Amino acid sequence: MGIHRGHQARTGEWLAEKFIFLVSLSAILMVLLIFLFVAREALPIFFGQANTALVQKPILPETLDQHSPAELQAYLEITPDEYAKMTPAMLRDLLSVKVDAQNDIPEDFRNDPDAHINTTEWQYLLQPHRWNDYAKPEYIWQPVGQIKKFNIIPLIVGTLKVTLIGLLFAVPLAVGAAIYVSQLARPRFREILKPAIELLSGIPSVVVGFFALLVMATVLQSLFHYQVRLNAFVAGIALGFAVIPVIFSIAEDALTSVPRNYTQAALALGASRWQTAWQIVLPAALPGVFAAAVLGFGRAIGETMIVLMVCSASVMSWSIFDSARSITTTIAAEMAEAVSGGAHYRILFMLGALLFAATFVSNMIGDFVIHRFKQKLEGKR
Amino acid sequence: MNSVTSSQYLPESTEPPLTRHFRAEKFDFWSFFFFGLTGLATLFILGILATILLNIIINGWGGLSWHFVSTIPKKDFFDVHTTGVLPMIVGTTIRVIVMTLFVIPVGVITAIYLTEYAANTSLVTRIIRAAVNNLAGVPSIVFGLFGLGFFINFVGKNMDALFHNPTAVWGQPALIWASLTLAVMTMPVVIVATEESLKAIPPGLREASLALGATKLETILKIVLPQALPGIMTGGILAVSRAAGEVAPILFTGAAYYMASLPAHLTDPFMDLGYHVFVLSTQSPNIEQTRPILYATVLVLLMLTFALNLVAIIIRARVRKKLRALG
Repeated sequence: MGIHRGHQARTGEWLAEKFIFLVSLSAILMVLLIFLFVAREALPIFFGQANTALVQKPILPETLDQHSPAELQAYLEITPDEYAKMTPAMLRDLLSVKVDAQNDIPEDFRNDPDAHINTTEWQYLLQPHRWNDYAKPEYIWQPVGQIKKFNIIPLIVGTLKVTLIGLLFAVPLAVGAAIYVSQLARPRFREILKPAIELLSGIPSVVVGFFALLVMATVLQSLFHYQVRLNAFVAGIALGFAVIPVIFSIAEDALTSVPRNYTQAALALGASRWQTAWQIVLPAALPGVFAAAVLGFGRAIGETMIVLMVCSASVMSWSIFDSARSITTTIAAEMAEAVSGGAHYRILFMLGALLFAATFVSNMIGDFVIHRFKQKLEGKR
Repeated sequence: MNSVTSSQYLPESTEPPLTRHFRAEKFDFWSFFFFGLTGLATLFILGILATILLNIIINGWGGLSWHFVSTIPKKDFFDVHTTGVLPMIVGTTIRVIVMTLFVIPVGVITAIYLTEYAANTSLVTRIIRAAVNNLAGVPSIVFGLFGLGFFINFVGKNMDALFHNPTAVWGQPALIWASLTLAVMTMPVVIVATEESLKAIPPGLREASLALGATKLETILKIVLPQALPGIMTGGILAVSRAAGEVAPILFTGAAYYMASLPAHLTDPFMDLGYHVFVLSTQSPNIEQTRPILYATVLVLLMLTFALNLVAIIIRARVRKKLRALG
C-alpha cells in the first residue's frame, strides 16, 4: 500500500506480521497437500508396484526373508504404513493365506491366459487388449469380477464426449448473452439481467442433476427420439447449465473491460450498435472470451454429480446418444466399494491426479490469457 | 472516464439534426438478426433458470409439511407418509457452520497479508495468488479424494494411533473432516471477496491512522477490518452458498446413507440434504412413488441455501447501517 512503519517495530507487531505471513502461505500449502496426497495414494501404479494377476508366482512363508518390502507390499496388496506395523509372524500368516487362496483357484482359471496378467501395467491401462473370449482387442473398464480390467481410455472418451457437448451448448449461449447484456441491453435491464443469470450458479449441481434425470431426460427423448433415455447428450446439456454462469461472468467481464473509447469511436464513425459489438468489441475481447471457454472447460471436466446422476455405464463409444462414464463419475461411484489400498483404489486416485493435472493446466492457460488480455488493454489506453 | 461528451463540441446548428439522423436508421436485417440472436440466448438462459425453479416449487410445495421437516426418518426413508428430513437439515447446517469457523479466519488473514503487507510484485505474493487461483479451479471430487487421503487416512489415522484408540474414532468419515474439506474448497472465495473489500478502503484512512501514531496492526484491527466487514460477510455468503449444495467433496469424507439419530459429536458421520437428493433420485425402488418426497427434499435444499444466504445478507445490512452511524 506504500505505507511503511515509521517507527521502531515492536515485538508484538513483528510477531503478528510473521503470523499473518505464515497463515497466508496456507493456500500454497493446500495446493501442495492436495497434489501430494492424491498422488501419494496413486504412487504404486506409477511405479508398477501393484499386481492384480490372479495367478502369481507364490511367495512361500518360509522364504519371507528373501524378498524386499516393496515386493511383499505389492504381493499382499498392503500399504507401506500397514506393512510397517506388521510383525514377521503376521506377514507369514498373510502369505500362507495367500498361498491357500492361490491353491483354491479353479483349474480352468489357471489355464486362462488373462489370469496371469497384471492388469495395472500401463499397456493394459492405455492400450486395447484382446481378452480371452473376445473377438478383437478392446478398451474395457471393468473393475469388478475375477479378472479386473482397468483400461482408462473409455473413461477419458466419456469425459471428453460429455464435456464437449456441454461446451458446444453452453459457449454460444453464454457468449451471446454476455454480448447482449454488456453491449446491447439498456442499462436498466442490465442491472436485472446480470444477477439473474448468475443466480443459475447458485443452484447446486445435485439439483441440476436431479432436474436432468427426472424432467429433461424425458423431454429431450420425446424431442429427438433416441433409444437410450439416459445418455451422454442429456448429461452434456445438463452440464452446459452448470457452466453457463461461469462462462457468462468471465466473458461479460472481458467485454465490459474493453475501453469505452473503442465503442464511441466506432459509433461516431457511423457504425450501428451491432456492428460495433460484432466487429469492434468482440474481436478486442476475444482473448477474454477464449479464456472464459477454457475456464468453463475446466469446470465442466471436473463436474461430478450431474454426470453421475444422468448416465453411468462405461461404454467405449463416440456416439452422443450412448451412455458415457466420466472420470469424476467413476471416482464418485466406485470409491465406496474399492478396498482401501487395493489396486482399484489406487487407480481411482490416479484418475483423480490426472483430473487435477488437467484442470490445473486449463486454469493456468485461462488465467494467463486473461492476465495478458488485461495488460494489453491497459497498455493501449 | 471524463464526463465531457462529444455533443458539447458540436456547433449549435448542425443540419440535419443529429438525433433525427440516428432515429431514422433504416431497418437493417443484420442488426435485427444480431439483436434477436443474442437477446434470445439471454432469454433462453433465463427460461432454463425459471423452468428449473418453477418446476421444483410447484411440484415440491405439496410435499412440504411441518411433519416432513421435523421428523427423523426410519431406515426405509422412501416411504411417503413416514419420512422426514430433519437429520439432513441439521447435518448440512452444522457442516456449513463448522466450515465457516475454519475458512473465515484463514481466508481473511490471507487477504490481509495480500493487500496490507505483501509487496505486489514479490515472488511469494505471486505464488500465493497463483495458488489461490488454482485452488478455485480444482474439481470438487478431487477435494473429496484429498479429504479421504489426507484428513481421514493421514491425519485421522495418526491421531487414533497417537491417542491409542482401540477403534477408529478420528480415522473414519466424520462431520469434522467433511467441514475441513469444504473449508479448503471455499478458501479462494473468501480470500477474493475480502481482498476486494480491503482494496476498496481509501488509503487515506490508513495514512491518517498511522499519522496519529497507531501501529500498523492497530490500524488493521481498528480501522481497516471494521470497514471491510461487509465485504468479508459477502465472502462468507458466497462460500456458504457454494458449500451448502456441494455433494462430491463429502461423498467419502462424512456423508452417511442412513443414521438413526442426529450427529452428536464432530467425529460422527452425518446425513446431508444434497447427498439425500442423490440417494432418493438414484436408489429409489420406485421412482414414481418417491417423486413427491424427492421434490420436497430438493425444495428444502434450495430454501436452506437461500435462507442461509438471507441471514448473511441481513447481517451484512446491519453492519453497514452500524458503520454508517459510526461514520
